[in-house]
Amino acid sequence: MFRAGVKAELGDAVDVVGEADEAEAAVELITERVPDVVLLDVHLPGGGGHAVLRGVHPHHPEVQFLALSVSDAPEDVIDVIRAGARGYITKTISGPELLQAVYRVAAGDAVFSPRLAGFVLDAFAHGDSPPAAGLDPELDQLSPREREVLRLIARGYTYKEVGRDLGISAKTVESHVSSVLRKLQLSTRHELTRWATDRRLV
Amino acid sequence: MLGGVCGAVSSATGIDVTWVRIGFVLLAIASGVMVFVYAMAWLLIPMEGETGNIYSRAVSDRRGIRLVVAVLVPLLIAVQLITSTLHVPFVGFIGWPTFLAIGVIILIWRNANENEKAFIDNDVVPLFGADTHGQGRHWLIARVLVGAIVGACGIALLVMGHTTVAALRPVGGAALVVAASVIIFGPWWLSLVRDLIAERQARALAEERAQMAAHVHDSVLQTLALIQRSADDPQNVVRLARAQERELRAWLFEGRPPGAIGEDATMLGEGVGLLQRQVEADHGIAVQVVMVGDCELDEALRALLDAAREATVNAAKWSGVDQVSLYAEVEADTVMLYVRDRGCGFDPAAVPDDRQGIAQSIQARMARFGGTAVVRSALGEGAEVQLSMPRRARVK
Repeated sequence: MFRAGVKAELGDAVDVVGEADEAEAAVELITERVPDVVLLDVHLPGGGGHAVLRGVHPHHPEVQFLALSVSDAPEDVIDVIRAGARGYITKTISGPELLQAVYRVAAGDAVFSPRLAGFVLDAFAHGDSPPAAGLDPELDQLSPREREVLRLIARGYTYKEVGRDLGISAKTVESHVSSVLRKLQLSTRHELTRWATDRRLV
Repeated sequence: MLGGVCGAVSSATGIDVTWVRIGFVLLAIASGVMVFVYAMAWLLIPMEGETGNIYSRAVSDRRGIRLVVAVLVPLLIAVQLITSTLHVPFVGFIGWPTFLAIGVIILIWRNANENEKAFIDNDVVPLFGADTHGQGRHWLIARVLVGAIVGACGIALLVMGHTTVAALRPVGGAALVVAASVIIFGPWWLSLVRDLIAERQARALAEERAQMAAHVHDSVLQTLALIQRSADDPQNVVRLARAQERELRAWLFEGRPPGAIGEDATMLGEGVGLLQRQVEADHGIAVQVVMVGDCELDEALRALLDAAREATVNAAKWSGVDQVSLYAEVEADTVMLYVRDRGCGFDPAAVPDDRQGIAQSIQARMARFGGTAVVRSALGEGAEVQLSMPRRARVK
């Protein structure tokens, strides 16, 4: 039922090449048709979105994943990003915004909802204090600029508005966001790995 | 409870499990043979879901049998030879049954499947304290020794017959034997009891959660019915749907039982959630909340929440859109809160009187506790109210 609604919202702007309601079928379909963007439900039966990412990403790294979820729970979100998704949106998103997000991900940029920005700020908290032992300052901390960008996104600003507020171009904002995404995926910060180990994913 | 034998008998005969267990226990007290029967049943009746039983699997375990025979038999022969040359009386008598028992146990261990191994691990191994290490091990050995000595004295008293204190002897002996078994087996029994209690508590918790789930289901069904009835009043439909969504989300993903948030919030997060619910219900707009960090509420922060509420309601009334974003960040020494809308905005220079009044009211609220409020807006680009309240320094 949800998939029908999403297809209606996307309309003709996007070519829907396949749909699946379960992880294994999804992996098969994706490796067969190699779409540009995959809208992936975090809680897909048969292993969740995580299973699909794990099945496809190593063989087809060019396929971009946009994760969807009803839950908004930080564990789900961070989980799926660390598994390789380029963006995260909730199911209550509006049609035009969904389209924009799909385009953004297809172009290789990251889609950060305000919620996700909040989670990331939370997870990388205390970035101003000196790094604790074992933390790689490059990967495990956000630079002050990245924090500012994230904070503005969390406040509901679009990338353009963020750029205007900070006096930088939208492209620069996007590169900051991508860098944050990379840190999210690679950091060994214990808040992030704790979520993963809790689900025995590490 | 222990090995599932009573459960099996119960499901085969249709008698309630508790009665079967009581029956077994009574029979076991009457004649120790029942314990042996229980053990045999455990070996021979296949576990629920398994096809073979342990006995059949053990017998067909060729490797295991070979291993047992190759290792134990020479050992047994060696022990027998040594003890017979040294003329140690008892060992020959109890020697080979002990070896047989060890061999059987090894075979059983190799052929027990996961669940049965779990039973052995959880219930039998603690009996012999084989899972204790270090300190625990020393205590265990001490306990077993003391218990054995006391038991031996008791048995000796019982066995040896003839002196003046004849009447006291059996009682004393029996008491010592009982004391010995308590010393040796006491902790194991205690842990079984503890497990039972834990199980009961877990069950109570599960029941409570099921009750709450039922409440939530009722609530959702009601909302759905109301929505169908208000199908021609879209604003009301949205309001109902959003309120129900918040409640369900709070219960599912934050474990908050429905209807639990009273008017008294103690943490900033709770206060913001309350603000969100109230504004959404009263003004029919959506309030998107993003929070980083949390802290306890004090007077200053309550004033912050009031100011935030004013700003949010203001946005609901004047911005012309139905969505407002609220972002709160708790830092070490301040709390920042931003209320933003993408509505029609206003020109700060040409502001109508009532709007100016609200900005002043917000600023006054914040200033009373040392906070600040800034209102930024431009025509056609929405408005943002930036609130900042210092946190009262904690005495370390």
